[in-house]
Amino acid sequence: MIRLSANPTIDTVVKLATVAVGMFAFVFVVMVPLYDVLCDALGINGKTSGEAYTSVQAGVDESREITIQFVATNNEGMPWEFGPSVTMMKVHPGAVNDTVFHARNPLPDAMIAQAIPSVSPARAAEYFHKTECFCFNHQPLQGDSAAEMPLQFIVDQDLPRDIRTITLSYTIFDVTDMVGGVAAR
Amino acid sequence: MGDHHHGPAKGISRWLFTTNHKDIGTMYLWFSFAMFILGGAFAMIIRAELFQPGMQLVDPAFFNQMTTLHGLVMVFGAIMPSFVGLANWMIPMMIGAPDMALPRMNNWSFWILPPAFLLLASTLFMEGGAPAFGWTFYAPLSTTYAPPSVTIFIFCIHVLGLSSIMGSINIIATVMNMRAPGMTYMKMPLFVWTWLITAFLLVAVMPVLAGAVTMMLMDIHFGTSFFSAAGGGDPVLFQHIFWFFGHPEVYIIILPAFGVVSQIIPAFSRKPLFGYDSMVYATASIAFLSFIVWAHHMYTVGMPIAGELFFMYATMLIAVPTGVKVFNWISTMWRGALTFETPMLFCMGFLVLFTIGGFTGLMLSIAPSDFQYHDSYFVVAHFHYVMVAGAVFSMTAAVYYWLPKWCGRMYNETMGKTHFWISFIGFNLTFFPQHFVGLAGMPRRIPDYALQFADFNMMSSIGAFIYGASQILFLYNVIATIVSGKPTSEEKVWDGAEGLEWTVPTPAPYHTFETPPKIDPAHAHS
Repeated sequence: MIRLSANPTIDTVVKLATVAVGMFAFVFVVMVPLYDVLCDALGINGKTSGEAYTSVQAGVDESREITIQFVATNNEGMPWEFGPSVTMMKVHPGAVNDTVFHARNPLPDAMIAQAIPSVSPARAAEYFHKTECFCFNHQPLQGDSAAEMPLQFIVDQDLPRDIRTITLSYTIFDVTDMVGGVAAR
Repeated sequence: MGDHHHGPAKGISRWLFTTNHKDIGTMYLWFSFAMFILGGAFAMIIRAELFQPGMQLVDPAFFNQMTTLHGLVMVFGAIMPSFVGLANWMIPMMIGAPDMALPRMNNWSFWILPPAFLLLASTLFMEGGAPAFGWTFYAPLSTTYAPPSVTIFIFCIHVLGLSSIMGSINIIATVMNMRAPGMTYMKMPLFVWTWLITAFLLVAVMPVLAGAVTMMLMDIHFGTSFFSAAGGGDPVLFQHIFWFFGHPEVYIIILPAFGVVSQIIPAFSRKPLFGYDSMVYATASIAFLSFIVWAHHMYTVGMPIAGELFFMYATMLIAVPTGVKVFNWISTMWRGALTFETPMLFCMGFLVLFTIGGFTGLMLSIAPSDFQYHDSYFVVAHFHYVMVAGAVFSMTAAVYYWLPKWCGRMYNETMGKTHFWISFIGFNLTFFPQHFVGLAGMPRRIPDYALQFADFNMMSSIGAFIYGASQILFLYNVIATIVSGKPTSEEKVWDGAEGLEWTVPTPAPYHTFETPPKIDPAHAHS
């Protein structure tokens, strides 16, 4: 062991205090980023990638059809009208699919929203690729106005065969007060 | 240099400025008992409300404040400080040291505690009430939906975390540097060993808890989104961080209790502890495993199957070193010349009831069945079997065992035994039926329940009042002993007791081992 002081008590105290400070830092610089990385990599919690997917040219798997269900939820206190244009689609793995979600801000003031996606079953999250999504960005809306928000996605050909239905759920949050502070990831 | 052989200062300044390990130990013990009574009072309100179905005494918001404060006060105010107090009193005397390594810091680690808990208790009278999000303070209950007093709560957690870290650094520095010559590590009494390992756990995980509440503070006041999905955070992250602290915390509470039992059972069996080395290794194994099992508290958050399996098997593995300990205690008693004084009764109560709590823990460790038990009264029953019958029973045993050494007077044995039996019956009447209502589907932390749970809940409440009342008897017995107990000056109060603390005069003088004792190299550990 390295001796930091001739006095063994001070030596022990300095080492232990370093461990304590190190563990405090560990929470912020290791645990939080590691959790995000693991969730993204493994699709834990149904988290899908926050980045647009660049499609790989591959054949469309015509042999099976996957049912995609869309769910939209407003976070508590979020006044927007928000919902999918169709609640269900049947798609082939590998095919590029388009749909839109409707949003309307009924209040007189402009607001900014952020939609957070989640895929169920969570195992399917890594096979659900979004090439274009309104959830990648903040969605501003003027007061008393509506917008159509596009979504383009591909279900991976490697999707395990036992998964026949995938539910894509969006929760929409009011981030008007937060934007300008810390940008959403 | 002046005269070192001075006694304690007079008046209040003795306690405010003391750097004496015995004074500080005494203050910790009294403070933790006061918190035990306060947390117990909260529990009595909970059980009174649950005496019958329907809403009788308190409104649901206040009920939630009671469950929250009961847990926080009992874990951080009663159990943890009581063992720190015991460590302060006993560790220097057990390893032949004159005092703790850092006496002034010792004074600080105690004196920042009472203000922290005063602040926490004061939140009851604040607008919006006390914290009501459970002792585990899951986000977003503790961030988005928290009462304003959550900021005070965060400050309290920071302060008591600091106190624990300072206390454990002190214990490690004492054990590593101040052992009497010849007191090798493998000769240390097991209580010292369990505390050494506990102190390392504390230094490692209390900063994690501090990190968790700091993130809450930033989410609430500084616009970050660690636990808010709207800003890209995740509430489940909170649970991971909390239980990364929380599971080692469970062993922080129980390991010193293991140490106490490992001192007392040999004394009243009149045999050395069976399997000393394996006890040390088992303690270290439990401490190591505690870092890799945290997610068994959160099987229902939607983990991948591989995660569920890993945490399930890792959790079950803990039963092995724990089983080693239980069998060692039983083997120590095997063919011993047993007597059943109060400390031994409490240790045997510990042994039986802690083992029951361990078994229900194994049941909870099984991921698929945990989905049924999760957040039910079964969990409440489980952790009270390990926290109360585990930690509190062994702490009570420790007080009866060492009280004569501390104050030079014997407690009333009949009253002690009465205390044990009333506690034992009251405790089981309270918590055993909770297994059944939990399995039948009664959720925890609710002020009202379905009618079919009425009978068992009434039994639970009656048991809780009995258990609560028995602690008044304990308090009376301790005060009566200090004031007018039968004086004793025997160095070895118990004829089977071993260890350096029994070689100093009774009552233990203000300063002990100013010259280190001689340790017989042939003599085994005590």
